[in-house]
Amino acid sequence: MSAPATTAALQVRGLSASYGPVTALDGVDVTAEPGRITAVLGANGAGKTTLLRTISGLVRPTAGQVLLGDRDLTRAPAETIARAGVAHVPEGRGVITELTVEENLRLGALLGSSRKRTRHVIDDVYAMFPPLAERRARHAHTLSGGERQMLVIGRALVTGPDVLLLDEPSLGLAPRIVAQIFGLLRELVDDAASGRLSVLLVEQNARSALSIADVGVVLNLGRVVATDSAAALAADDGLRHAYLGF
Amino acid sequence: MQQFLNVTLTGLAQGAVYSAIALALVLIWRSTRIVNFAQGAMAMFTTYIALSLIEAGQSYWVGLLVALVSGLVLGALVERVVVRPVEGGPELNAVIVTLGLFVGFQALAAILFGSTFVSFPAPFDLRGFTVGGVNIAFTPNSIFVIAAVVVVMLALVALFRFTNLGLQMRASAFSQEVSRLLGVRVGAMLTLGWALAAVVGSLAGVLIAGGNLVSPNYMDAVVVFGFVAAVLGGLESPGGAVVGGLTIGLLLSYVSGYLGSELVALAALVILVAVLLVRPQGLFSHAAARRV
Repeated sequence: MSAPATTAALQVRGLSASYGPVTALDGVDVTAEPGRITAVLGANGAGKTTLLRTISGLVRPTAGQVLLGDRDLTRAPAETIARAGVAHVPEGRGVITELTVEENLRLGALLGSSRKRTRHVIDDVYAMFPPLAERRARHAHTLSGGERQMLVIGRALVTGPDVLLLDEPSLGLAPRIVAQIFGLLRELVDDAASGRLSVLLVEQNARSALSIADVGVVLNLGRVVATDSAAALAADDGLRHAYLGF
Repeated sequence: MQQFLNVTLTGLAQGAVYSAIALALVLIWRSTRIVNFAQGAMAMFTTYIALSLIEAGQSYWVGLLVALVSGLVLGALVERVVVRPVEGGPELNAVIVTLGLFVGFQALAAILFGSTFVSFPAPFDLRGFTVGGVNIAFTPNSIFVIAAVVVVMLALVALFRFTNLGLQMRASAFSQEVSRLLGVRVGAMLTLGWALAAVVGSLAGVLIAGGNLVSPNYMDAVVVFGFVAAVLGGLESPGGAVVGGLTIGLLLSYVSGYLGSELVALAALVILVAVLLVRPQGLFSHAAARRV
């Protein structure tokens, strides 16, 4: 595998987006630093998913900038942003159910090898997630929810990303599996050999997310209402009750 | 017994061509959810290009090759220029556009090549083999037709199963959004899908023309039978298209041989209605995958 490269921070500046007349994001500032997990929290409809979809080019912003290091990715097509090193794991798993487990991973590895930045190869993913190795030739629609989440995270890793955008990875999973996946995320980010990955983690499950995140950003109705260290956010009772629901 | 053999072998050769047309329709339906009503007209047009070359003194094989290459170009052009603007829009828009193309290509062919019947040469002998002193309806040209379709099918299977390009094309067909997030150039994959479909269609056009008369609407019946074959196979499944094509070829050949050739079009309609009533998802499709 290639030597660890210095990776750049993802900076979102004043990002706005709307669905028709409805404003979904209103001047959002977020930074995802390498070697850190940045949690994006907030209630349903706060704009968390729209934020990720706008960063990855699936939604066109109406204002603002998305920068990866000094590269401006604002309004670039989604495939260009993916090729620049931003891996978006969409909500609802995003496995291609008609393909096999191995084909899903090969698809990610194709991007990794074209970027020449592959830090994880398919065998590493199988070592990380043994259930996937056993089912490599099976169609992805036969996988359980937890296995699908493993597959999409593994597929994102083999693309050799600098930035990992995760949308609700805990959705619909048993607490034990969530703890396992979050623990693994922390290991990936802390592992210096993985080349200083930045993770932007969108979660409704604020308590679990803050327990592994370094920094938290709280969104409400498309605006940032708080940005602080994860520990400080978790200790702020007023904020927790008002926006985080725990 | 001899008639049964004749009818069966003729049906297989016809069925191979219906398979190719069905496969072309399936390739496009899978990736863009559009039924390309212009598939037959595009194949007719490239067949006329081949015929012009052959009449100008080129060999059959040069004509075939040029027909396939012009199919590739025509398919890509049609997708990029005409179909791309209506992709993802209301389904009726795409239907109208491909119907418009169908009419347009037929009119253009009539202007450029004339609307009378002209004969298209066959590369191999059209006289049937003699088996045990009995002449049967199976000809060397029929073998060529079946072999050509089989070779193209195997090439497509190899492309989709074993190459990275094929994997990206399949991924784009199943989930455009996820594919884009993985850096796949989905637009290019859709163009390539239309181009390959048009190549397969062009092959069918030239094969069915061999030893027959062509006119600007000679593909109309063929594409209808190919469509019935595609529906029989489930519209989603390339394998289903091939089996569907052979089945339709055989059934129509039996109808023609035992009941009368004037009943063939009616029989195709009966099969279509029966499939849609009894098993609307087709023989080879997951019930959930169909959303017409």
